[in-house]
Amino acid sequence: MKLARFFLTGIFFGIVLTKAEAVSWYRIYEMFHFQSFHMFGIIGTALFTGVIGLQLFKRKKVKDYHGTPIHVVEKEKGFWRYLLGGSLFGLGWALVGSCPGPIFILLGTGTYAIAVVLIGALLGTYIYGLVKDKLPH
Amino acid sequence: MEFIFGTWHWSISGFLIGITMLVLTYFGKTFGMSSNLRTLCSMAGAGKFSDFFKFDWREQKWSLAVVAGAIVGGFLAYQFLSNGSGVQINPDTIAQLEVLGIEAPNGKLLPDAIFSIETLQTPKGFAILLIGGLLIGFGTRYAGGCTSGHAISGLSNLQLPSLVAVIGFFIGGLLMAHFLLPILFKTT
Repeated sequence: MKLARFFLTGIFFGIVLTKAEAVSWYRIYEMFHFQSFHMFGIIGTALFTGVIGLQLFKRKKVKDYHGTPIHVVEKEKGFWRYLLGGSLFGLGWALVGSCPGPIFILLGTGTYAIAVVLIGALLGTYIYGLVKDKLPH
Repeated sequence: MEFIFGTWHWSISGFLIGITMLVLTYFGKTFGMSSNLRTLCSMAGAGKFSDFFKFDWREQKWSLAVVAGAIVGGFLAYQFLSNGSGVQINPDTIAQLEVLGIEAPNGKLLPDAIFSIETLQTPKGFAILLIGGLLIGFGTRYAGGCTSGHAISGLSNLQLPSLVAVIGFFIGGLLMAHFLLPILFKTT
């Protein structure tokens, strides 16, 4: 089954984020009040691991699973979309304490209320699709 | 066994999140959670109303498989790998939250003051969850990524746009946590 490796990666990711408590509203509040190093340590270590890993992939010209050279997609150029979009997401992240990954993960922990956040997030994505041509990017 | 059933140390957690991103890169994919929201809109037929949703969502099945796995992972971690000793937050944070009428975690991941079924049934409680979701959905698509896409994969690849996005995350987050939450949860 072609999707099995992705499903297993997802299980791993879900377990790690739950046990790291990155899915906890409390941890996000604490982070935005600089009252704990926990979340900063997580993001910092993930970044450190990521930077070194990607550099190794590039320098050693590692081939991916399909045997093609690894190519990391570059982000589109722009400024306002990143600053404004990022700030709007930040408002939501600090309000309900979840980014998109944890919204799904928290469904698995049996939090029914998170379904409302998911519906809101789908609506928000849909509204962006409708108005995006009118926004500065 | 506390190291498994309690809170995982930030260094272990961060390392494993970095590995997740690298594994998906090795599979030839890009790590990013919020794009699934767009895929789900496409599956629901949003392509009829905006070209933004006109793409073959079947190409994103791999990402939906990650999401399905993440839900199962959340279930497994919560049901079988937790002993209720977690979420040991700063006592100062607990004192601050008490003023806002938000109870101490006592091992829970989420406060009942925001996520309980009772809160969900109040107009204010429902509105907070829905508006939070709207901001997350709209903001991540506008910014082209969330914590996974920008703060982890984008910054790991030393992308300037991702740095701007992460600065944005903190502008919005700090504004909410320091100025708006105290107004929203002001106890009379």
